[in-house]
Amino acid sequence: MIEIQNVHKSFGPLEVLKGIDLTVQRGEVVTIIGGSGSGKSTLLTCINGLEPIDSGKILVDGVEVHAKSTNLNKLRQKIGIVFQQWNAFPHLTVLENVTLAPRKVLGLGKAEAEAIAEKQLKHVGLGEKLTTYPGRLSGGQQQRMAIARALAMSPDYMLFDEVTSALDPQLVGEVLETLKMLAEEGMTMICVTHEMAFARDVSDRVAYFHKGIMAEIGAPDQIFGNPQHPETQKFLASVR
Amino acid sequence: MFDTALTSADLIFLAKGAGMTIFVTAISVTIGTALGILFGVIRVQLGAVLATPLTFFLDIFRSVPLLIQLVLANAFMGMVLRLQLSGFTIACMVLSLYTAAYCTEIVRSGIDAVPATTRRAARSLGMSWLQDMRYIVMPLATRVALPSWIGLALGVMKDSALVYVVQVTELLKSTQILITRLQEPLFLLMICGAFYFLISFPLARFGGYLEKRWSND
Repeated sequence: MIEIQNVHKSFGPLEVLKGIDLTVQRGEVVTIIGGSGSGKSTLLTCINGLEPIDSGKILVDGVEVHAKSTNLNKLRQKIGIVFQQWNAFPHLTVLENVTLAPRKVLGLGKAEAEAIAEKQLKHVGLGEKLTTYPGRLSGGQQQRMAIARALAMSPDYMLFDEVTSALDPQLVGEVLETLKMLAEEGMTMICVTHEMAFARDVSDRVAYFHKGIMAEIGAPDQIFGNPQHPETQKFLASVR
Repeated sequence: MFDTALTSADLIFLAKGAGMTIFVTAISVTIGTALGILFGVIRVQLGAVLATPLTFFLDIFRSVPLLIQLVLANAFMGMVLRLQLSGFTIACMVLSLYTAAYCTEIVRSGIDAVPATTRRAARSLGMSWLQDMRYIVMPLATRVALPSWIGLALGVMKDSALVYVVQVTELLKSTQILITRLQEPLFLLMICGAFYFLISFPLARFGGYLEKRWSND
């Protein structure tokens, strides 16, 4: 369970998160929508401790992410994150990209790590690309590799930060299909996205962020069918 | 075509000088590179402002002509610290710091060339700072820094000719000794140049080979 309690966060004079409260249960898929600068991506990087917070609390399975005593490297093993920029390690093959963290962080043997990596890469449709370098892959393939890389750590939670925003339009579908598959398998996911159809399809709940505030959260049918907050209405009208 | 008084013993004498050039260069480039990596990482971790004292210290070695550094270091060690160091030791010390000063900037720019987002991805997989450095940053930075580093190593090799001022008989000094004796400056300098080329060429080729191999990634 991820519990976000009254989280405030500023970059200099700019307050990007103004008291966010959100609880995500195991197995739940929550998508966050909203305009740029609404704080949605920042929230994700706070959840795995890449960004500090100013006040409030984030608990992952009861462990406070930003407490001084928390071992972030350990905590991050159960929180996978995939970014807008896929961030392949360009000097490593696809297989090595995926086995690196299981081997060095989890301490698995080569054979064991490769077995896991191959399974995850096949899962995302890259079973044929094991010895290829990322530079020879399309953006969509690199993004799926990044997803496999995160999954190889057997995380309990997956965070997706606008994972299709940097892709050519014809490559968006293959990545969204991968996310859908994960959602159907019961992975706990928080997805920041601009893909409204996807959000409507896969989410258990959809949250609308506006200027650092979670203006509204509810079932997809309610948010998309009958939004309550005037800003949600305005936003949804503008993206349709 | 022409006669020369050069004997095979003289050639062996030159080869010994070349050996000294290689030896001084190898030691200095090895120590200098190790220090350069250390200083470069410190420089990046501290940021430009906090690293000012380090940068200033290294700038001295980059700005003052090597010849002056060698003479002053020799005098300082002998007359101020009263240390009985060999010319060879002083040559290696000065050349190492000289190499380190340049290498620090090469390492810094190499590390800076690794995108912050790539490092963030590594850390978010649970890798520690050290693991990120070792498995992601250093391999990528090395690819960026290699051409400059090869240039530095070759430069230090040629600059090592100056260590004759602290009584180290390396390749150029050996050549000058023979010139004084044989009075065949052009011929001897050609041979000397050929020796320098033979030392440089493998290193330059090795650099080219690595670059080519890495470009396949």
